[in-house]
Amino acid sequence: MAGTLNFAPDDRYNAFITTCREAPFGDGALAGVAVAVKDNISTAGIQTTCGSRILEGYIPPYDAHVVELLRGAGAAIVGKTNMDEFGMGSTTETSAFGPTRNPVDRERVPGGSSGGSAAAVAAGLVPMALGTDTGGSIRCPAAFCGIVGLKPTYGRVSRYGLIAYATSLEQIGPMARTVEDVSRLMSVIARYDPRDSTMLDRPYDHQPSADITGLRVGVPEEYFGEGVDERVARTVRDAIGVLEDLGASPVQVSIPGMRYALAAYYVISTGEASSNLARFDGVRYGPAVDTRKTWHEAYRELRHANLGAEVRRRIMLGTFALSAGYAGRYYTKAQVARGNIRQDFERAFRDVDVIAGPTMPTVAFRFGEKNDPLSLYLADILTAPANLAGIPAISVPCGRVEGLPVGLQVMGRRFEDERVIDAAYAYEQEVRA
Amino acid sequence: MITENDIEHIAELADIGISKDEVPEFTIQFNAILEYFAVLDTVEGEGVPDAGPTNVFREDEPRPSLPQEAVLANAGSTEDGFIKAPRVM
Repeated sequence: MAGTLNFAPDDRYNAFITTCREAPFGDGALAGVAVAVKDNISTAGIQTTCGSRILEGYIPPYDAHVVELLRGAGAAIVGKTNMDEFGMGSTTETSAFGPTRNPVDRERVPGGSSGGSAAAVAAGLVPMALGTDTGGSIRCPAAFCGIVGLKPTYGRVSRYGLIAYATSLEQIGPMARTVEDVSRLMSVIARYDPRDSTMLDRPYDHQPSADITGLRVGVPEEYFGEGVDERVARTVRDAIGVLEDLGASPVQVSIPGMRYALAAYYVISTGEASSNLARFDGVRYGPAVDTRKTWHEAYRELRHANLGAEVRRRIMLGTFALSAGYAGRYYTKAQVARGNIRQDFERAFRDVDVIAGPTMPTVAFRFGEKNDPLSLYLADILTAPANLAGIPAISVPCGRVEGLPVGLQVMGRRFEDERVIDAAYAYEQEVRA
Repeated sequence: MITENDIEHIAELADIGISKDEVPEFTIQFNAILEYFAVLDTVEGEGVPDAGPTNVFREDEPRPSLPQEAVLANAGSTEDGFIKAPRVM
């Protein structure tokens, strides 16, 4: 240990669930750098709740692989950030520990589900943070809070120690105020770990380059169509214009499978959640289950009392979509749609190097503005396709609409995280200059 | 159409408690969501369903694991080094 960082932030946005007032740090690439970690990533000895009552007081006996890597690089883990319960939301309003506020405008949501990580970074409480992204949970809050966030290629960062929501879709990724810091954090966490069997040994060692001469940038019409705020679309088109001025060439592309993306995403993610969240029954962790009662009765009571409505709704949706008689209509079809979307992207990437569009169809919503589940689900329309296809995607701030941040999303081929970083870096360097 | 009875049945299958006053609300929300999911009826596959990630097998080698007290530390109810669960029968 090289020292201890005293961390006593003014957490006026409720970005943290747990803070570590005296955070030890070591030597290395991130020596003494304060890093916040989303509260669904296991930290040995530090409470990890997933934003849920059902894990209140849970102290993991081991570190996630990314946390081992952070500690090994000398970082000071200063706290665990607020999130939608189990990552199920786009606003951080479903946290059992109260909503996080958007530092840009307190009356607005920070986005989600990694809203605490985004707010902590945007408010300047930490320079960088880890989030997780299942259908947009890093990119959405990055866009809404005006910071940078990368969802890495599926299989590039170990999920060991990440408390699972939708296993085939989610990745841990870096969030920071600059592309350079996102890249720095990515170099620490993208290291092979045999404990995640879906991982490939493709470490990230990259210095961002702003030279994008000749880069072919795909512009999919579906990302600028119905449901996308015209002012957001215009802001993002201007940003793509900046890339063009820097020597990139825009190319019109199409992802026809997009019209199925959201339904496929919700069927698959809730299906996986219904299985993954079966473990929260108060037996091995969480509030103690009443062992005198019968199995079903005891679990039902405990899960009703300790899981929020959105989590129970999604577990039920997944249970339904996988149940006998309905699995063929929902789950199987969703898998076909997922395959089609993956092929759409592969086809597009024969003609272009990256694909660009808005991260979110709108700017940050007001609290309580979206109060029915379906209208909230629709907000994931531009982010979920990258999770279905397993491709890397970054959100970088590209201007404002009515004073609220807009994110430019850049997606790339699988294992070409470096290229999306470079495109975002080139844009950021140009507009900051 | 999903009925209130269906909602209660699904909650039972999932071991999720649902209160009486939540049932009508969940039923309305489910029907709206499933109406949106109906777009999947028109999906035409170019190929076989996406198989997702494939298994990569490794040798089954014993490795060091957590000490027993660390594993039991978060359990609400333990006895003689075991975890207690509700009765199944």
